[in-house]
Amino acid sequence: MNFIGEDNILEVNRVNMAFGGLMALSYLSFKVKRGMIKAVIGPNGAGKTTLFNIITGSFPPTEGSIIFKGMPVERLKAHKIAHRGISRTFQTVELFDNMTVLENVMLGCHTCIRTSFLASGLRLPMARKKEAQIREKAMKILKFIGLADKFKDPADSLPLGEQKILEIGRALAGDPELICLDEPAAGLNETETYVASSLIRAINAKGITVLLVEHDMKVIMNISDEIVVLNYGQKIAEGSPREIQNNARVIEAYLGSGS
Amino acid sequence: MLRIGKLPIAVFALFIIAFPWIAHKIPPIENYTDIMIFAGIYCLITLGLSLLMGYAGQISIGHAAFYGIGAYTSAILTANYGFNPWLCMFFGMIVTAAVAVLVGAPSLKLRGHYLAMATLAFGIIVYIVFNEETAWTGGPDGMTGIPGLSLLGFAFDSVDRYYYLVWIFVFAAFIFTANLIQSDTGRALRAIHASETAAGAMGVDISGHKLLVFVYSAVLASLAGSLYAHYLNFINPSTFDLFFSIKLLIMIALGGMYNLWGAIIGAGLITFLSYEWLHYFEEFEVIVYGAILLLVTIFLPKGLAGTPEIVKTWFRK
Amino acid sequence: MEKITLAGQIFQYLITGLTVGSIYAMVAVGFNIIYNVTEIINFAQGEFVMLGGLIMVFFYAVVKLPLVVAFPATVLLVTLVGILLDRLAIRPIRQPTVLTLIIATIAASILIKGAAMLIWGKDPYDLPAFSGRNAITVFGAVIQPQYFWVIGFLIIVVIALSIFFDRTIVGKAMSACADNPDAASLVGINVQQMILLSFALSAAIGAVAGITVTPISLMEYDRGAMLAVKGFGAAILGGLGSFPGAVLGGLIMGTIESMGAGLISSGYKDAFALIVLLVVLFFKPSGIMGSIEISRIKRF
Repeated sequence: MNFIGEDNILEVNRVNMAFGGLMALSYLSFKVKRGMIKAVIGPNGAGKTTLFNIITGSFPPTEGSIIFKGMPVERLKAHKIAHRGISRTFQTVELFDNMTVLENVMLGCHTCIRTSFLASGLRLPMARKKEAQIREKAMKILKFIGLADKFKDPADSLPLGEQKILEIGRALAGDPELICLDEPAAGLNETETYVASSLIRAINAKGITVLLVEHDMKVIMNISDEIVVLNYGQKIAEGSPREIQNNARVIEAYLGSGS
Repeated sequence: MLRIGKLPIAVFALFIIAFPWIAHKIPPIENYTDIMIFAGIYCLITLGLSLLMGYAGQISIGHAAFYGIGAYTSAILTANYGFNPWLCMFFGMIVTAAVAVLVGAPSLKLRGHYLAMATLAFGIIVYIVFNEETAWTGGPDGMTGIPGLSLLGFAFDSVDRYYYLVWIFVFAAFIFTANLIQSDTGRALRAIHASETAAGAMGVDISGHKLLVFVYSAVLASLAGSLYAHYLNFINPSTFDLFFSIKLLIMIALGGMYNLWGAIIGAGLITFLSYEWLHYFEEFEVIVYGAILLLVTIFLPKGLAGTPEIVKTWFRK
Repeated sequence: MEKITLAGQIFQYLITGLTVGSIYAMVAVGFNIIYNVTEIINFAQGEFVMLGGLIMVFFYAVVKLPLVVAFPATVLLVTLVGILLDRLAIRPIRQPTVLTLIIATIAASILIKGAAMLIWGKDPYDLPAFSGRNAITVFGAVIQPQYFWVIGFLIIVVIALSIFFDRTIVGKAMSACADNPDAASLVGINVQQMILLSFALSAAIGAVAGITVTPISLMEYDRGAMLAVKGFGAAILGGLGSFPGAVLGGLIMGTIESMGAGLISSGYKDAFALIVLLVVLFFKPSGIMGSIEISRIKRF
């Protein structure tokens, strides 16, 4: 059971996103309470990934604001937002294919353990200690996600299911308070999906808020505390999984399929 | 190659230490020590460039400018004002760093071809300045009377002594750069190279890192320039022209940019080509370089240092 | 002798600027043709100009062909070089990335330069002016008739290209490639051939520029790099990919350079164009005619 706080860790306020003449998002507003797992669902093209890109700083919205921990972040660059405590995974896996499994997660620690340029180059004891800390932390995460025995392997040698898990592990390494998962179950079979869902639950049990885009309705219904439904860039419903299941507009827009 | 082993460094160090002694024993290659000094000076530049091009994935066709700024700063301050050469060398590195920040910050926001052209234009502008500001630089005739280097009374006034001085710097730079690559900074650079989107999402300040590497490579080039000036005791602008920037590119391409050893191999080979093997075929110099660059780009995109990897994958098949 | 007024001087610089600007415009047009079809910036573009001048010298001074015959012969030969460049330097690259293509065209440019050095040596060469050297004086400015040939050929090139791209099937096919190579190949357009054609066309235009400018400023083996950079600057200034932009950019670039050299400092002549290039790249890389949307969508 997870503990959901009273405060809103994330607020999406009347966010508009126009690409030329196309309105990808239209006055979208919703809130995410700290500690919850909130899912964003909707048909393809509904604007879900655009929403994620805005929240994580790929580009600013045309209008509106994103409030994280009480402060507006919509104009910040991606790396600054990462330092504030938001982490993410990508719809198509964006691992660093020129690095090993371990190194990918070690890079994830970039936000929390910083070494100076000179200290790194001179390999001062402080730098060496921090490097050891990073390595240790990364190994812990690999153990947590179940990939510890593959730490030396090149990241792109893993099967897709494990790559997605690795990406989640990398996103965890920076001690985020909010993690945005973009279709973590896409392309996975039943077993892999089960592993992914369990991992998401375990992450949430540690107190990390999860914002999740997903098409697999079983996963959504199983793990989400609340669901927001988008269609054509607008919010058409928001509520608990049960409420959403019975919502006529959602059924109409989305045909309730999935699995 | 990401694990930069200690053994190859030790072996190479032994080779470098023994080289002048070997050269003295074999009269036909006695002048090779002198050539190795230039190889070392160029290694300093290629080490930084290799980091910039191979790891950060950026390109610079104007690095001769930083080489020149270091050389001229050292030359002007020591020959005309008599300041301490070591301080001037350090000051030159600071000046170069400042210029690199000014030029790099707007340039590195540019992509591919635009960045290449921006660095190209910058390099040529600096070259023109060297030629035109005769009051400072002596113009096309260059500057003479640049003092040599000495430390606590020990003067680096022989070829052998200067050789060891230069190569001490090269090893220091090599180890520093290798440490960087194997640190969080190196990982951040590799991340930028692999996926800028993911790197940014994981908190890597992409433009900050690109600028950092650019400035680092500029500073190394500046150091190289100062060492060059104090060795020849004479410099002139033609050393720092566009063709030298392209020669640096050839060194990196030939040696392999994804590997620090590539920087050493490339610099070494081209230096010997330049000073020794092509010496008698001067008219062919340009065409040979062009051919090398083209052939390497088509057939050996990872350079010579990347060949072991290619051979390994070949055997796996 | 007429008194040279400041106005006269400025007019002189303007005319010189427009002339040299026409050369930059032709180089810029050449850049755009290749860029539009392939998104490659051909660093060897300036070498086509150099070759145009030097090969013309060969045909005229050595083979003793009359100018009228030597001109097309030169253009043909340089076009061949352009084709070779595509075949030998660009096509063979197995995994084209921005970096490797940049290096490949740089390699090609120094190869060509090296070959030119072997064949012609380092000396500058001259060609007779097409219609003599009796300068005419307008408003105190001395104008060589050759200037009109240069500007004239720019106009001819621009008109010819517009007809080619808008009215001929091949030209339209090339435009289609530029717009969307995948769609173009789906409708049966041979993209490889279009790329080849773009290099050939660029080389030809470069040659024309080289032939017409040699009687004014001579030609030597290493003029290529500077022409390429300035021509690129002109292309960027006008908006990369835009032909009217290239012409405008070239003329403006030439005028700024000429004015700068005349009024400020002749030693820094080359630097003016380069500074313009840097300013454009840093502050408005889309140039005068370009728009940010276009520059973002391009693959590189």
